[in-house]
Amino acid sequence: MTDVPPDLEKAAAAAGRGPSLLIRGLKKAFADVQAVDGLDLAVFPGECFGLLGPNGAGKTTTIEICEGLTEPDEGTVELLGLNWRSGQKELRQRIGIQLQETQFPDKLTVEEALALFRSFFRGGISVDESIRSAQLEEKRRSRIGGLSGGQKQRLAMACALVGDPELLFLDEPTTGLDPQARRHLWDLVDALKQAGRTIILTTHYMDEAERLCDRVAIMDHGRVIALGTPQELIASIGGEDIVEFAVTRIDPATQQHTRAALEPAQLTAIPGVRSHRVDADLHQLSVSELHTAVPRIFAALAAQGLHLSEFRTHSATLEDVFVSLTGRNLRDE
Amino acid sequence: MNKLRLSSLYQLTAVRFRLVLREPEAVFWIFIFPILLAVGLGIAFRNRPADVLPVGATSPRLTQALAADRGLRATQMDEAAGAHALSTGSILLLAIERPGGVDYRYDDTNPDARTARLIADRDLQTAAGQQPAIAAQNQLVHETGSRYIDFVVPGLLGMNLMGSAMWGLGFSIVEGRQKKLLKRMVASPMRKWQYLTAFLLSRLTMLVIEVVFFLGFARLAFGVPFRGPVWELSLVCVLTSLVFSALGLLVASRAQTMEAVSGLMNLVMLPMWILSGVFFSASRFPAVIQPLVRALPLTAAIEAMRGNMLQGTDLAQMPAQIAILLAWFVVPFAVSLRIFRWR
Repeated sequence: MTDVPPDLEKAAAAAGRGPSLLIRGLKKAFADVQAVDGLDLAVFPGECFGLLGPNGAGKTTTIEICEGLTEPDEGTVELLGLNWRSGQKELRQRIGIQLQETQFPDKLTVEEALALFRSFFRGGISVDESIRSAQLEEKRRSRIGGLSGGQKQRLAMACALVGDPELLFLDEPTTGLDPQARRHLWDLVDALKQAGRTIILTTHYMDEAERLCDRVAIMDHGRVIALGTPQELIASIGGEDIVEFAVTRIDPATQQHTRAALEPAQLTAIPGVRSHRVDADLHQLSVSELHTAVPRIFAALAAQGLHLSEFRTHSATLEDVFVSLTGRNLRDE
Repeated sequence: MNKLRLSSLYQLTAVRFRLVLREPEAVFWIFIFPILLAVGLGIAFRNRPADVLPVGATSPRLTQALAADRGLRATQMDEAAGAHALSTGSILLLAIERPGGVDYRYDDTNPDARTARLIADRDLQTAAGQQPAIAAQNQLVHETGSRYIDFVVPGLLGMNLMGSAMWGLGFSIVEGRQKKLLKRMVASPMRKWQYLTAFLLSRLTMLVIEVVFFLGFARLAFGVPFRGPVWELSLVCVLTSLVFSALGLLVASRAQTMEAVSGLMNLVMLPMWILSGVFFSASRFPAVIQPLVRALPLTAAIEAMRGNMLQGTDLAQMPAQIAILLAWFVVPFAVSLRIFRWR
């Protein structure tokens, strides 16, 4: 069984409701690629749950299996207490789906597209209401071909919401959007969260996951490599801050800067420094007490006769969690 | 919001309809193009009064005898000028005066020249005193229904129904698959049969406009006859449209790209453009390939339309054509439902 936050589990049990989504032992291979390799997850009512990982980690395959669009090779998926084999019709009515890269017909208007999707559902919100919630009032009679990327994405979200779903799947909702359109979409997701909707989203932006998700599963190579709230995950790498620097040594003869090696043990010995890694001459330290640790780091570098050519710090993010777990950057791929 | 607005079949059909009407190219190919084609062919093959044939003669006597015939326009010229006129096509035949007779110079592979030879010879023989051996009277008929335009209108109708059904279905479906719209649709509670039925319904609605528009034009502009029952003609049109919708569906059931589906569609339609008797009778093809030609759905459709419009034949008298059409509807439809891919 998966790790489940005790409070959510308790709350769900108290309400007499099981998990909204329960995945056990899920596996899926395409040709020679094991896209999903033994996945267990539980998502509870009212949660906004994020699947975070680099491209190719298996996020989309996982979410499409959950959406009943792809057959798993092994394992079971239960949504709202139903499964795709016996509850297909019922489930389609009760979940909302936004897929990656759907292109609605350019010559249809926003209103017409929503009226079409609304007609597929037994119940749901009115077309007007869905247009309002996606903030597309000004565009209701515009053709979809003339919408911006962000507006198209909000339309896709409105199409997912028009049936008033109990469970909402958003696959990479902000990929390819400019920063302003992303923030606009985040506000919409916030509003959905406040309305108590259960949301499962995939993303490869760690800031998005941190901003939106109550809990996050970090995926890599078809497996979950970390699971918890963003705060828990960040705390798990042992420091709240990340110090990045590069060093050079000044050759006494030529006064030229040359690349320099560094003795990591002297740095990790400093109180508050939890770990050290180096990537392309850029050193990264995970640090828990920045204000006392930084002067000591300077001192240690000076003692080794090293010159700082770069130095910066930032609060640890989910990106740093991914780096510390895999040794790779999220967007290396 | 009324009940109809909430019906998914209505919404799907309305969307299809809107998408066609908002595509100016589609409107051109479906409505304007067949009419342009009919006008062009109508002008090119209009029935004119029998042509007056230009001929030349080398003597005043011959010229006078030939000019007396209303079917000929005779000009006097010497032999050299006549040879030049023949080679440039400004006359069809040169009658050369010879002692005790006449020479005709003409091209015997040109039907008009052969006609000129027959008329000129008859005129000159009569002028020389020849009497007809038997009495002959002419009874002239100029009947609608036997003109080329009457023949070609049902052909164009069939060709147009084939094109609009196949392009309409094939392109929209493959475009939807390519743009992941089909995948999005099956991720919703939409019923799959409704998606495909909406195509047929919008096609049939379009068909009414298309057929009435085209046949109405053919009737008003050329007086093309409708000798058979109109409801039977309508039935043939509906069946034809269903046949080619089913073929369009089959062609589009797996294709992933527009290029692939275009190629497949041309592969299906090209043989029928050539073999199915749109512009000339399919019976001109050699007997060996006649069974193949007859089995093509467009051949059957055009034969049924010509039978109805030109001969006034009942559907009951054309069971083979109807059976061929039904088979071409049922089999491709059943196969495509089996192999159709939504993504």
